[in-house]
Amino acid sequence: MKKLSARRRHPLAALVVLLFALAATGGLYAAFAPADKAKADEAQASLAIDEGKKLYAVGCASCHGTGGQGTSDGPSLVGVGAAAVDFQVSTGRMPAQQNGAQAPKKPKVYTAAETEQLAAYVASLGAGGPETPNKSQYSLNGKEDAANGGQLFRSNCAQCHNFSGKGGALSNGKYAPPLDGVSPKHIYEAMQTGPQNMPSFPDTVMPEKEKRDIIAYLNKVNSDDTESPGGFQLGGLGPVAEGLFAWVFGLGALVAITIWVAARTTKAKKS
Amino acid sequence: MSSQDNSEENPPQQQDDADGGVLATRDNPFANPGLPPHEHRVQDIDERAAKRSERVVAGLFTLSMLSTIGFIASYVAFPVDKIVYVFPIGHVSALNLSLGLTLGLALFCIGAGAIHWARTLMTDVEVPEERHDIEATPEVREELLAGFQDGVRESDLGRRKLVRNTLIGAMAMVPLTGLVLLRDLGPMPGTMLRHTKWAKGKMLINENTHEPLRPEDIAVGSLTFAMPEGLSEEDHDFNNQIAKAALMIVRLQPENIKDKRELDWSHEGIVAFSKICTHVGCPISLYEQQTHHVLCPCHQSTFDLTDGGRVIFGPAGHALPQLRITVNDKGYLEAMGDFAEPVGPAYWERG
Repeated sequence: MKKLSARRRHPLAALVVLLFALAATGGLYAAFAPADKAKADEAQASLAIDEGKKLYAVGCASCHGTGGQGTSDGPSLVGVGAAAVDFQVSTGRMPAQQNGAQAPKKPKVYTAAETEQLAAYVASLGAGGPETPNKSQYSLNGKEDAANGGQLFRSNCAQCHNFSGKGGALSNGKYAPPLDGVSPKHIYEAMQTGPQNMPSFPDTVMPEKEKRDIIAYLNKVNSDDTESPGGFQLGGLGPVAEGLFAWVFGLGALVAITIWVAARTTKAKKS
Repeated sequence: MSSQDNSEENPPQQQDDADGGVLATRDNPFANPGLPPHEHRVQDIDERAAKRSERVVAGLFTLSMLSTIGFIASYVAFPVDKIVYVFPIGHVSALNLSLGLTLGLALFCIGAGAIHWARTLMTDVEVPEERHDIEATPEVREELLAGFQDGVRESDLGRRKLVRNTLIGAMAMVPLTGLVLLRDLGPMPGTMLRHTKWAKGKMLINENTHEPLRPEDIAVGSLTFAMPEGLSEEDHDFNNQIAKAALMIVRLQPENIKDKRELDWSHEGIVAFSKICTHVGCPISLYEQQTHHVLCPCHQSTFDLTDGGRVIFGPAGHALPQLRITVNDKGYLEAMGDFAEPVGPAYWERG
């Protein structure tokens, strides 16, 4: 220290200090300032919005209006959020083939990247709607409580989707679709956004964990590996299907056997 | 047994040719044509065929016995939660499947064996049996009536009127014991059906999270179910209470609400309606968020939530009761009192 202290009045000392200061400032700046990345992200985001706008103008504007304000043929998209777009477009419900009671699920029209661009554009129209959920929100991590999910499903969802998610009828041609084969992401998005006539179940009244519990319950009761101790589920529609099966096939088999027995003669000489 | 067995009604010559019949004539157009000639079965003619039938029947009965043993064995062998994959059915309980198959086979084999026995080995000779009067012979009737008269006389029932009358009284009173037990169906419900757990100042508790609800939690287009503060799922009368107090909360745009009272009773467009259908009390919550209609799954009654819960379709008799809500000083939603009318289906004293 003595050496350093002795040379502090050296003519070049100021220069050295200045160099150190500059290096430190530059280093700190480089370390902490996310400027470049932010700029890149922003550029990418605005690019996605631009691309999305083009796709929107071609595929969506005829019903939802040129600025997403809605027309008599389609609701306003201002403030619906990216998750709603992701759900509608990646399940093929949108673009709709025709006006009707309900847009059905069908093969999707846009690629994942295009869907993301559309979602970015629609999200930019107005704040408020939920963002597209990320994997940690909807994918199961093994900590889910399927029993609790079942209780939540029965109190919140079963009235329309049936106790094991087989779907059911609503009014004027509308229906609650069956939930088998629906990916966890789409179930999650549907709960968040309330597509078409389904009410939404936002995180404020049904937290993320409870949504995952419901997805875990559906995986348990409504997948290829679902255990059905009673055998044939007959569509999981309850006593109507079971009664129909018993009356048509059970009784039908008995009648057929009876006729078969009585129609055959036991006589040696067939007449 | 075979048709070679003779009986009084069917002497052999009558079986083998169509005897016993009378040809119809102009005078007697409905003459009894008699039985057609009897045809023999293979088993009646060929003893080996009869033996074969016997073996088949015995085989079916034996199979039934084995199945019963199989039933017992599978009951012992399979744990109740064992799941196996069986091709067309899927993942099914091994116990249920094996019990059903073995018991079904056991019963089926008894039935099939009995039918095969009856059709191939038991006699199949047609036996005419004339109808006769149901009435007993005059002697038997006479004897019975005399016996009854004797009984009446010997029991002194006609003379000792006190005995007769008290017997009638005793017989008439006994059914009262059954009648008085019906009292245990009570006590009368009183005014229980008129009131729910909702009361002034009770917060609306989210049924999912069990946390009190704030107005900002409830988005337009969402559907939330609530129960009154202080009610717990562990309470022994929880089911009775929630059956009346169940509440359905939706948020509407205030300008969409057509009914003035509904608007007054809402908070910033948040309306709370009873979840119990006014038809027969099913939980209604098939909410269509674009039409704001709520449907009942039982009989398709449809209520318009923008118009005071008015019935627009189906058998329900009156509008859904609405709960008047406001927000308390801590910012939570709370009830401003009980429902103004009894929830659920109409009943006689409902008024």
